[in-house]
Amino acid sequence: MLDEPAPRDARVGAVGDAAAPMIEIVDLVKRFGPFTAVDGVSFAVGRGEVLGFLGPNGAGKSTTMKMAAGFLSPTRGRIAIAGHDVETDAIAAKRALGYLPEGAPAYGDMTPRSFLDFLGRVRGLERAVLARRLAQVVEEIQLAAVLDQPIETLSKGFKRRVGLAGAILHDPPCLILDEPTDGLDPNQKHEVRNLIRRMAPDKAIVVSTHILEEVEAVCSRAVIIDRGRVVADGRPAELVARSPFHNGVRLRLLATVADLGARLADVPGVTRVVTPEAGTPGRDFLVVPAAGASIIEGVAARLRQTGIAIETMAVEHGKLEDVFRDLTTSDAARTGARP
Amino acid sequence: MKSVCTIARRELAGYFATPLAYVFIIVYLFLTGIFTFYVGNFFERGEADLVPFFDFHPWLYLFLIPAIAMRLWAEERKSGTIELLLTLPVPLWAAITGKFLAAWGFTAIALALTFPMWITVNYLGQPDNGVILAGYIGSLLMAGAYLAIGSCLSAATRNQVVAFVLTVVVCFLFTVSGAPMVLDAFSGWAPQAIVDTVASFSFLTHFNGIVAGVIEAKDIVFFATLIVAALAANAIVIDMKKAS
Repeated sequence: MLDEPAPRDARVGAVGDAAAPMIEIVDLVKRFGPFTAVDGVSFAVGRGEVLGFLGPNGAGKSTTMKMAAGFLSPTRGRIAIAGHDVETDAIAAKRALGYLPEGAPAYGDMTPRSFLDFLGRVRGLERAVLARRLAQVVEEIQLAAVLDQPIETLSKGFKRRVGLAGAILHDPPCLILDEPTDGLDPNQKHEVRNLIRRMAPDKAIVVSTHILEEVEAVCSRAVIIDRGRVVADGRPAELVARSPFHNGVRLRLLATVADLGARLADVPGVTRVVTPEAGTPGRDFLVVPAAGASIIEGVAARLRQTGIAIETMAVEHGKLEDVFRDLTTSDAARTGARP
Repeated sequence: MKSVCTIARRELAGYFATPLAYVFIIVYLFLTGIFTFYVGNFFERGEADLVPFFDFHPWLYLFLIPAIAMRLWAEERKSGTIELLLTLPVPLWAAITGKFLAAWGFTAIALALTFPMWITVNYLGQPDNGVILAGYIGSLLMAGAYLAIGSCLSAATRNQVVAFVLTVVVCFLFTVSGAPMVLDAFSGWAPQAIVDTVASFSFLTHFNGIVAGVIEAKDIVFFATLIVAALAANAIVIDMKKAS
């Protein structure tokens, strides 16, 4: 019995330890009647990490985040925010968390100023602290122009930013943001990404998004879920490396060549040759390697030998999008999915 | 406790941010006037009291209070702000109490604005102001009971109209359970104890007792218990309906 490992809770309780996860989700399950929305999701996010939470619509992203924020109760599993169990120590967990719900809901009849003031008061911020944080957040998120207009009259982008301001107002150590850049224009997206990057060093952040470039731009780690299960978890670069096109060769020829596939077929490591999206058949090619193979030298040598003139040639890194599509099934393929 | 106040203050400000509050107060004052002077024959009775005024409160509240209560939670659910509210570091009971107190405070404001009625009766004669005060207290307590029921049912749906209709129906049952048309249905076959139990749930019985100037503990306890029970049920309904 003496060899039994320490109970998990002892480890979770170690707040302040830099290595301790700030947001910890263990074997989370949520069922709605017969439908299992979240099916055994586990991950942990430490200080300084920005975790991109990806998945098709209905995969269970929002449900997971709602449980982490303490809005829904899990059917099974455990969530700790800054070491506080969301079920048994809910108030402390909620205090340590900034949460932007899906769709950034806010009280439409209030102005951003009164809305943020309300959130600050409910969270028990002292008057002076609240005034200082309000000024900071308004500057950071550029809300000054609309601070005294009713929220219901604001554009979608401003509404989203008001929600985001509400989530970071109390400067929480943990942040869970459900689609923070949805509905923003490219400039605003850029601003919000910069904001997340600026906050990243001393917070643990979970961001859900549909925009895959966003993950590569701001996230230090990506978790992809599908049908309530984690199907991938790693650094964005690692995930990209799982693309079937990773280390392939992208070619543009000067003249049309009909049978390039046959001519490259026996180059070591080449599996097939395809026409890339938006490419011209016969001129644009993507040479697909076997997993882990590096083929650019072999392909270049063969093209030289056969006298095919090249306009451009580059190593393909692959796209997160390809990996995402590979790992997840389409919405249409499932039934009984719920938002 | 501070968070209850903050939530109540926001909610109350929300009433006055829309024309709803003003429309409600005007309609309320207008109807109390009509009922008191025309239907209740305030002048013809020749008595210096506010009985015709208070007599119609249960029936007035039956339709006006559900109109206030319907938005309490249905609106939060529809707009998604419930997710925001319930992920703030406040216990569920504080959110429920805060919102309820705001609605109750609002009806108290409307009720207080009927003070010209009190001035009129004091100008015309020498009424027993103690009895009138009891009437106001009873009216406020009854409004609270209607509101608590409405708050609970408002959490069951995201559609305010459904919330309104449900609340009117349930409140109607509570109001008339002491009336002859309900009691007669029981008195033929049921033992007296059951008839008494049904009658004891009537808002009318308890309210009329208080309006008569007799503030009895049992009437106060009845309304207070009903409010607490309805708000506890409110918490259960919110928990059950959160996911949908």
